[in-house]
Formats: sequence, structure tokens, C-alpha cells
Amino acid sequence: MSKIQQDITQALKCIKSGDTVLVGGFGLVGAPLTLIDGLTERDVNELTIVSNNLGESGKGLGILLNQNKIKKGIGSYFTSNRDVGDKYQKGEIELELLPQGTLAESLRAGGAGLGGYYTTTGVGTDLAIGKEEREIDGINYILEKAIRADVALIRAHKADTLGNLVYYKTARNFNPLMATAAKIVIVEVDEIVEAGELNPEEVVTPFIYIDTIVKAQQVLTKEGVVAV
Amino acid sequence: MTVQLNKAEMQHAIAARVAQELEGPCIVNLGIGIPTLVAEYMTEDNIYLHTENGLLGVTDVDDEAIDPNLVNAGKLPVGEAVGASFFNSSDSFAMIRGGHVDVAILGALQVDETGVIANWAVPGKNIMGVGGAMDLLVGAKKVFVTMSHTSKDGSSKLLKECTYPITSTRQVDMIFTELAVFKVNAGQLKLVDLMPGATIEEVREKTEAAFTE
Repeated sequence: MSKIQQDITQALKCIKSGDTVLVGGFGLVGAPLTLIDGLTERDVNELTIVSNNLGESGKGLGILLNQNKIKKGIGSYFTSNRDVGDKYQKGEIELELLPQGTLAESLRAGGAGLGGYYTTTGVGTDLAIGKEEREIDGINYILEKAIRADVALIRAHKADTLGNLVYYKTARNFNPLMATAAKIVIVEVDEIVEAGELNPEEVVTPFIYIDTIVKAQQVLTKEGVVAV
Repeated sequence: MTVQLNKAEMQHAIAARVAQELEGPCIVNLGIGIPTLVAEYMTEDNIYLHTENGLLGVTDVDDEAIDPNLVNAGKLPVGEAVGASFFNSSDSFAMIRGGHVDVAILGALQVDETGVIANWAVPGKNIMGVGGAMDLLVGAKKVFVTMSHTSKDGSSKLLKECTYPITSTRQVDMIFTELAVFKVNAGQLKLVDLMPGATIEEVREKTEAAFTE
């Protein structure tokens, strides 16, 4: 069965209220803008969103936030969307802040079947409160748990029909990690090519991780987000 | 007589001074704000810039060549150097935590007299972002801090103890302000340079932290 899905709503049908959803991107760069837009049309709520940021005000995940569909955000830098602070102040959203490297590594660990890992990052700070501390070979570490999710929404530059992916410049960021850490992975791409057209040496995300491929209908340009 | 610099001039003066401390070959990660300006003053060859959103080999970019999908950690458009590479966020932070980045240049809200910094949260305000600061502090071989010497109300940002939540227990290596340059040796601040126009009296008056001269 083909992984390519023309209908965005159909592609997103697997997302249910209460799900944990990974969303790729560093701000809007590398964010799956078409899939996020599709999610704003779905009648789901109480979502836990794992993403470095929650978009920008009124853009990307910022739209979903303003629809009150997000119960909890897990990320490293919510500062880029002032609406997150307002919602948090009103008690309308829970937030879990992780150092950016910890967010990335927790996703990697989740995708690699690990329960967690010990890291020096955050030791002795407020972000270590409640986390197990352990000395290994004379160095103090804290235990960070892996992150796994129900669905991942990611963005790549090109997919082949099997779902092998290549990325574009700094739009790669969290996307290849998220591709590994969810039960269902949906990717949006600029271009879909036939299997065999991508050089196997250049494939960054092998097709084993990918369930559904959609063509991007919204892209980030110099002038902002535009429909294509 | 002291020459009064405006904020931008002050920031550029700090950035230019930091750049003098960078010797190639080395890998440098620049934080947001004053650290980003350091790139404008680097004259040494073989200094490669790392940005945690997944690029080793950052350069500046002309307006006509701006690519919205090629940005630095501050989400500003950048270019790619000869020999550049792209990688995912986990690899990027493996480089940082794993001790492969030579120098991290960060901004700070406060520094204590042992060289511990606070730069991610302010008490009483929502804690909204930490980004890569904690990772850079534990992992970079050297950490340089840039900041204004005093806050808006005139109080010293070099304190006996940080009143804001610390970013790491690691002590930074050097501190650069518009008035002075300090080195941190064995948990003690040592004044190593006065910035142009600054006097030792002014530095003493505006520095709460103990330091040696």
C-alpha cells in the first residue's frame, strides 16, 4: 500500500484527543506547517505537544495553542511565542521545560528503545529538581527519561515513494529524531521522487520509520509562510 | 574623562574585545545577543562557528542570498562556510556535551564571584526558555561570558552570589563587560584588562563580587 496520502485530513485521522504528538522544527524552520495547519482543522484537544517551541504568535503551533487544543507543551524555548506565557499565567497550559540537548537526546533515546540516560546537563540547577542524581566515575549526572509519542509530524525536503528522507539545511534539526520516536510518523515534503532516485549514501532517515507521506502545501519563504 | 558609549557601541566594544581572545584553529558557539556580534570581529583563520540548530561552518550572508531555512540559533539568516556540514539536534548537542566545541560565548544576567552564571530565568517571572545554555555550560571546553557590567538600575551584575537561578555549577573562564575583562582562576575572579575609557575606581565601585587586580 502506498504511503503517499493526498488528503491531509485523512493523513491526520490517526490523531486522537489526549495523544502525545511530536512536532519537528526549530521555530518555523523545519516545522511541518501543512500538517500543523491540518491539525488545527481537526476536532481534537488535550494534546501533549513535544516541540522545541510552540510556534510563534498566531503561526505554526501558535494557532493550535490559541485554539486551546494543547494541554501540555514539552520543549526548550517557549519564549519565542508570547502567547505561551499568557496561557501559562492563566493556568490554561502545562509546560515542561528541558534543556535543548536533553530534549533532543530524550527523543533519540525514545526512538532507540532506551528508557532514559544520564546527563551532566542541568546538574545542580532548578531543572534537576526531582530527578535522580548519580555519580559515575567521579562525575555527577542526572537521569533523564526517554520521550516516546503516539504520533510524529515532521518535515523533510524530499521523500522517495518508500519514505526514505533527505533534509534541507537547518530545517533538519529535530525531524530525524522525531521520525524514530513515535508509533505513527507522518512526513510532509517539498518533493516526492521514485524509489531508487535518492542516493542511498545520502538518505538521512531510512523508510523503516515512515508511515505516511504528504506533499507540503505551506512553505516558509523569505516573505513568511505561503501556500503552494 | 570617560567617553560615554551608547548601548550598541558598548555591545560592539565588548564583542571586539572577546574576538581578540579567539585563536584558530577552534570551534566556537555563539549565543544570542552580544555573542553573535563577535563574528564580525574575528580575524583569525581557522575559526569555525557551530550553531546548535545543526550547522558547523556558519558565515554571514548577503541580503540577496538569504535562505529562510538556513538560520542560526537566534533564528537569524546565516550562510554556510566552505567545509560546512548540517546535522540533527541530537548530533549537535553530542558535539556540545561531548566536549568537542572549544569555546562557547554566552550572555548572562548575573555572574557570581566564583564564575558561576545565571542566564535563563528570573524569579517571579514565568520560566519560558532555556535553549542550549545548560548544555553549552557543561560541555564547552571554555566558556566566555559577555554582558553589561550593571543592570538598568545601576546595580552590579557581578555579584557575591547569584540571586537568579544558576544555569550550571560550572565556572566560566572569562567575563567581558564594557568596563573590564576578568579571568576565572580556581574559582576566583581576576581583573586582567580595563576596557577603553574605564578606570579601576569605576570597576571597583560597580563590582559587588570580590576580585583580584
